[in-house]
Amino acid sequence: MGGHLNINHLIFLGQGALWTIGLSVIALIGGGIVGFVIALARISPLKSVRIASAVYVQLIQGTPLLVILFLGYFGLAAIGLQVSPLAAAGASLTLYVAAYLGEIWRGCIQSVPKPQWEAAEGLALSRTQRMMKVILPQAIRIATPPTVGFMVQIVKNTSLASVVGFVELMRSGQIVNNSLFEPFAIYAIIAVTYFAMCYPLSLFSQRLERRMGRGRSNLAPA
Amino acid sequence: MSLQLDFPAVLERWPSFLAGAVLTLELAAFSTVCGAVLGTLAAVGRGAHSALIAAACKIYVEAIRNTPLLVQIFLVYFGLASLGLKFSAFTVAVAALTINVGAYTAEIMRAGFEAIPRGQIEAAEGLALSRLQIYWHIILLPAIEKVYPALTSQFVLLMLASSVCSQISAEELTAVANYIQSDTYRAFETYIIVAVLYIILSLVMRAGFWGLGLVLFPRRRRLGTPL
Repeated sequence: MGGHLNINHLIFLGQGALWTIGLSVIALIGGGIVGFVIALARISPLKSVRIASAVYVQLIQGTPLLVILFLGYFGLAAIGLQVSPLAAAGASLTLYVAAYLGEIWRGCIQSVPKPQWEAAEGLALSRTQRMMKVILPQAIRIATPPTVGFMVQIVKNTSLASVVGFVELMRSGQIVNNSLFEPFAIYAIIAVTYFAMCYPLSLFSQRLERRMGRGRSNLAPA
Repeated sequence: MSLQLDFPAVLERWPSFLAGAVLTLELAAFSTVCGAVLGTLAAVGRGAHSALIAAACKIYVEAIRNTPLLVQIFLVYFGLASLGLKFSAFTVAVAALTINVGAYTAEIMRAGFEAIPRGQIEAAEGLALSRLQIYWHIILLPAIEKVYPALTSQFVLLMLASSVCSQISAEELTAVANYIQSDTYRAFETYIIVAVLYIILSLVMRAGFWGLGLVLFPRRRRLGTPL
């Protein structure tokens, strides 16, 4: 209708792809920091902290990311807080990723064998020392494969930021489509691009998982 | 600046919210059932003797799991349209969600199949069960029982993900919210209400699956294994 796909369209899509990566990194770092706090709060000795963090996780995991995004962009604007699409998308994804990573990491921390906690306690390490020097180094090993696997979800979920007008890969595809009107071809290109970003992460996560499995079977008690 | 929230002004649209929630549940129900069947077939196909079928199933699972649902929905929507086929937004949404959840179900079911001890299958062969009987009684049903918790949380995630169907104008809960907020200019209240409705829906679904699990797996209930 409006000409053919040319190099400028592809450059535009490439810029969108870079923003997808950028937004994924923002979500991973932001969500990682908040998620770490959530994971620690979920196993806090204080009951109120445990309950508050559990409620947070349940609320976020019971709500679609799309609704959180709309709330962050249109919702905050409606009550007088105008935020940019990047800020809204970054903040919403951070809150969303934190709830999931927090739960994954809590499971990893709790899967460190109980005797390790007890031994650290027996050596008169403080709670912080126990956590930082004994538990977390082991938990990080366990946490790596599922975290890399979840990064695939993060990359895919950034596509939803397109609905609040943030020009990442999906949105740039929609914009190109508005001028060319060849939806099937353009969305196929978009799909292949997402696949090229996500599949290596999936493979890497699978490989880590296999390697972990080997390591663990060596350690298994006789 | 003073913050003024007016929930009643939005809540008086409750019939629309209710209709949207019902459509969301319908979307989730149809695509859960179809996706469970498709996913199980794909999981069986990955272990097929024919290398072609096994490869096709693997490509399907990997392609879907590594691309966003939003892109898949648009591809199905415009793909069908470019073939000259005209379907309602609801049909397209169910088709896209089915294809999507089918891939995740296939991965979960495959894990379930792999967890079946080889000796059980050999024992069943020794008892002269037919191949179909072995597949049904020794492999499929115990595998479903094993992965039931993972399957059900995937189906709850599917219900939440169906919000993306608002982008192809299927009139589900999120689409209703978009309409109401543009009509009332009360975006914050609208999306808070919709978020609460989604949380209620996911709690209802989890409770439903828990109850279904008690009925389906009496052995597990007797053993006291939590679902």
